[in-house]
Amino acid sequence: MSTIKARFALGFTEFSLAVDLELPARGVTALFGHSGSGKTTLLRCIAGLERAPGGYLSVAGEVWQDGDHFLPTHKRPLGYVFQEASLFPHMTVRNNLEYGRKRVAAGDVNKVSLDQAIELLGIGHLLARRPDRLSGGERQRVAIARALALSPKILLMDEPLAALDLARKQEILPYLERLHDELEIPILYVSHSPDEVARLADYIVAMEGGRAVAEGPLAETLARLDLPIRLGEDAGVVIDAAVGERDEAWHLVRADFAGGSVWVRDTGLPAGHAVRVRILARDVSLSLAHQEDTSILNLLQGTVTAMADDVHPALALVRAEVGGTAIVARVTRRSAAALGLAAGQPVWLQIKAVALIG
Amino acid sequence: MLSDTNLAAILLTLKLATIVTVLLLLIGTPIAWWLARTRSWWKGPISAVVALPIVLPPSVLGFYLLIAMGPNGPVGQFTQSLGLGTLPFTFPGLVVASVFYSMPFVVQPIQNAFEALGERPLEAAATLRAGPLDRFFTVAVPLAKPGFLTASVLGFAHTVGEFGVVLMIGGNIPGVTRVVSVQIYDHVEALEYAEAHLLAGIMLVFSFLVLLAMYLTNPTRARQ
Repeated sequence: MSTIKARFALGFTEFSLAVDLELPARGVTALFGHSGSGKTTLLRCIAGLERAPGGYLSVAGEVWQDGDHFLPTHKRPLGYVFQEASLFPHMTVRNNLEYGRKRVAAGDVNKVSLDQAIELLGIGHLLARRPDRLSGGERQRVAIARALALSPKILLMDEPLAALDLARKQEILPYLERLHDELEIPILYVSHSPDEVARLADYIVAMEGGRAVAEGPLAETLARLDLPIRLGEDAGVVIDAAVGERDEAWHLVRADFAGGSVWVRDTGLPAGHAVRVRILARDVSLSLAHQEDTSILNLLQGTVTAMADDVHPALALVRAEVGGTAIVARVTRRSAAALGLAAGQPVWLQIKAVALIG
Repeated sequence: MLSDTNLAAILLTLKLATIVTVLLLLIGTPIAWWLARTRSWWKGPISAVVALPIVLPPSVLGFYLLIAMGPNGPVGQFTQSLGLGTLPFTFPGLVVASVFYSMPFVVQPIQNAFEALGERPLEAAATLRAGPLDRFFTVAVPLAKPGFLTASVLGFAHTVGEFGVVLMIGGNIPGVTRVVSVQIYDHVEALEYAEAHLLAGIMLVFSFLVLLAMYLTNPTRARQ
């Protein structure tokens, strides 16, 4: 059974964790929530760094914790990436990479070779250096490679980008996407950043107050209007698409998805390449008729399927289906009333901005 | 230049300090590790006991050790039952007394170094498959190296400098318990100021060089 079953209850004075989850042990699962929501504690329980008495944990059929049975961290076949790289300062990069690897039984390190981990994270030129001679981004790449070189059955990442500035984040994200695309290792990814989740996750667990308040496949979950976690300005959908027709003259490509397509800026990806398209609710407006004289490039025809209140009483979220793909729009309640929006009504979606991610 | 008795005192002192330092690193490291990481109620009392020699007059410490290791003391009865006789006024007795006397100067720097490590490097090592002992020797000890260096220097120098405990427990037996500090005292008592000057000067220069070496090889500590 390729799942992770985790049941933990932990009570501290000002914080408690109570979860009972069954997560897919493949792809990237995001544990998403604001700080203090318990996502890091949950990850630490899964790693065995935190002990939750009476908890239960199995990963891909292996029981790591049950009753009195508690596999200590160093016996769990996992990789862990901390928020700060946490490299050993008294060792070179190469020795850091080999530290865990040489402690893994020989038969268990075949899946990812050391060279592959080095290549995947682009750190070949850093091997002889000491951690204090690396930039923050380089340190974190080494830390990821170090965890990966163990050929772990699961990779746990605790906000690996949170301690980095925007430029460093942009430097590392492509490497994380490569992990996602090229390796079969399931990843549990803790994050409070909707951007990172949108780019990397396949499955999402939303956490609040030590509880999992929503979970499901990413696209489906983000399209929910009743998501218990308020995303505010970050509310929006992520759609799996593929690069289609290219408009050389205007530097645009068409991203095709089930039931429609959108034009986006050409980033040079080849035709057929799988991409994710992120459309924020605030960038979508609605009209009843097809607008002719508009600068907006992407006009899609759909049908309203649901409406809900948004964070502010002036605003409403409207979900519309475009040939089977859900898109969420944010409109004022006055506009919704003026247009007489209701479930089942055909509308035109005017999409002002589309982000191509991944 | 150095008389035979002075040379004997210096060699005896170096031998004592070396043995005591090695013993203290072996005994003090686990104590320091425990003190640095425990959340037990016992941390306070044990810390206080380890630190006692810092504030206690050496004669008081020496007096209790003398009683304990004497023929009617618990330690004395134990060593007698093993056929070892009693420890006071022997070199081994001096070693035992010095281990107690210099303990805080070895335990505290190592404990501070372990505490400064924090949990993270050890947690990282655990996620990299290193068991508890493995983590200790490959991560904690190398990262605490400056603490070990300071502990060795202070333990050694402090043992070289002890006087009151030696007098109480070791007396003044040439070649057995007469260390440099006692020898200087003897010279002064006998009004041999030239001899006293020579030995005192050697001690002064030695102590300065040891501390200088420590601060030069341990720049992070020197900066603090």
